[in-house]
Formats: sequence, C-alpha cells, structure tokens
Amino acid sequence: MSAGDRLPARPLSQILGDAARTGSRPDLAELIAAIPYARYLGIVVERKGTEITTVLRFGQHLIGNPVLPALHGGVVGGFLETTAIMQVVFEANAGVMPKPVDINIDYLRSGRPVDTYGRAVITKLGRRVVNVHAEAWQEEHDRPIATLRGHFLLPIGD
Amino acid sequence: MSSTEAFGAQLLAGIPHAEGLGMAVVEIGNGTAVARVPYAAHLSGDPETGVLHGGVITSLLDNTAGIAIQSRLRAFGGIATLDLRIDYMRPATAGEDIYAFAECYRMTKTVAFVRGVAYHTDRNDPIAAVSAAFMLGTGGGRKPDGAP
Repeated sequence: MSAGDRLPARPLSQILGDAARTGSRPDLAELIAAIPYARYLGIVVERKGTEITTVLRFGQHLIGNPVLPALHGGVVGGFLETTAIMQVVFEANAGVMPKPVDINIDYLRSGRPVDTYGRAVITKLGRRVVNVHAEAWQEEHDRPIATLRGHFLLPIGD
Repeated sequence: MSSTEAFGAQLLAGIPHAEGLGMAVVEIGNGTAVARVPYAAHLSGDPETGVLHGGVITSLLDNTAGIAIQSRLRAFGGIATLDLRIDYMRPATAGEDIYAFAECYRMTKTVAFVRGVAYHTDRNDPIAAVSAAFMLGTGGGRKPDGAP
C-alpha cells in the first residue's frame, strides 16, 4: 500500500501540532493523505532524508487541453503550491498550515499526460513570512514544465 | 440556451479537469467572462475547516481568463498560459460556491493580458485577484462543433 492510499488517521491540526510540540519533523506522507484536494489530484510525497519530492500521479481528470493533450494550468499551479507548502511545513514546523499570500507561476512547457515531480527551496525563512521557489518537471529534471515563486504566512509565535 | 451560453458550454465541454471541478460558464461578454465552481468537500485543503484549496481557485481563474480571451477572439484558437500571479486576499468560506470574473483588457497579435478576481457574492470583496499573460496562436486549439 502506498502513502497516497493510506487512510488519514489524524486531522491536519493534530499532525502538525504534535510535530511542532515534540520538535520532530511532520510526517508528510500522512499529512498529504489528510488533504482532500491533494488526494483528488493524486499527489503523494516521497522523502529521502531531508530531500522532499512531491509526485503528481497522472490521471485523466487532470487534463485541461484534450487536443494536445496537456495538464490543466490550474492543476500544475495547485501541485506547485502544494509542493511549496510541504517544504514550508517540513522546514518551519510551525504547528499549522502556512497561508499563501501570493504566488507567481511561470508556465514553461505544456504538461504531458505522465507523472509530474515537484521540489521546492525556501529562499528565506522569516519569522512571519517564508519565500519559496518551487519547480515541476516530468521526465527530465533540467527541463521544468513550470516554476512557482510565492510568499507564505506563518502564525505569530506565542 | 442563448448563443452566449452555448458558446460558453462548448468552451468547457470535453475539458476533463473543468468538468471534474463542476466548472460552469455563467456569463460571457466581449473580452470578459464569469465562471463558477460549486463548493465540494473533496476539493478542500483542510477537512477541519472545509475551505477549498488554492489550487481550485487557480484552476478557476486560469480557465475563466482563457474564456475571456476566447470570447474576444470569438474562436477556439490555441492559447497557452505564460504566467499567472495570484494574490490571496482572504480565505474562501466553506460551503459557498466560488465565482471568477476575468477581463482581457489588452490583446496584441501574440499576447493577451488578463486580470480578474475570485469571489463568493461580491466582486468588490474578492477572495483572490489574478493577473495573467497568455500566448495566442499556439497549437492545440479546438474548432467549434460543426466547423470544418
């Protein structure tokens, strides 16, 4: 059974709250399985040490242009936003989901009907704001199909 | 069904992701469009709050922007999103449908510029704002039904 098929045992607030309290990294596979939209798209998270890769498993419901065919721009955007959020949750471990303030998405190539991978890098982890850069690719990592730059808000520490 | 509604329905018909989200065209002008996504719990970003995930809003804004351009082209030419900037003004309210308004305010031979908002009931109280650029005349366009 893969992580994506796992039944969410705990609510998001508990997964994140427990991790922040104990200072341990949140279980991203459990977290992603607890997000209905991520389950709908078919996103899973793979972690190798501190390297996190998100995977968008291809499904027909992700198509936005049936002629090419190509993934919907909103799907690619939603996948990149989720990739960025996973990275922020992992590194900031603030006990809650970060809130997106703004995102900029560049579409570089059309997304073909195959699996898509995502990685994100935090360019600045501030006290309240996190700057993130994320990219999505398919077969070749150095030929990204889209990139995202975004700002995410963390709660004020008490 | 009016010709505008028929045109709108044709623009979304056969787009699996738009159909999957339950997207519908509400209004089409000359360079403007309004579309809606009905609330659905399985599209939320957090089952405790039930608030729709930002990706749903991105899909709706991207698609509505595309429809605004098509309405100005009055054709099913191939268009491709170049970039999309979304500002999140406030969280969506769980249980409520989301509407998007988009306006193609400038079009050159190769590029269309679009701005728009996502909202529940009042366009002046937006959930999110979008600013986007699209390439025109790319491949993958569709012909209207019955066109040669």
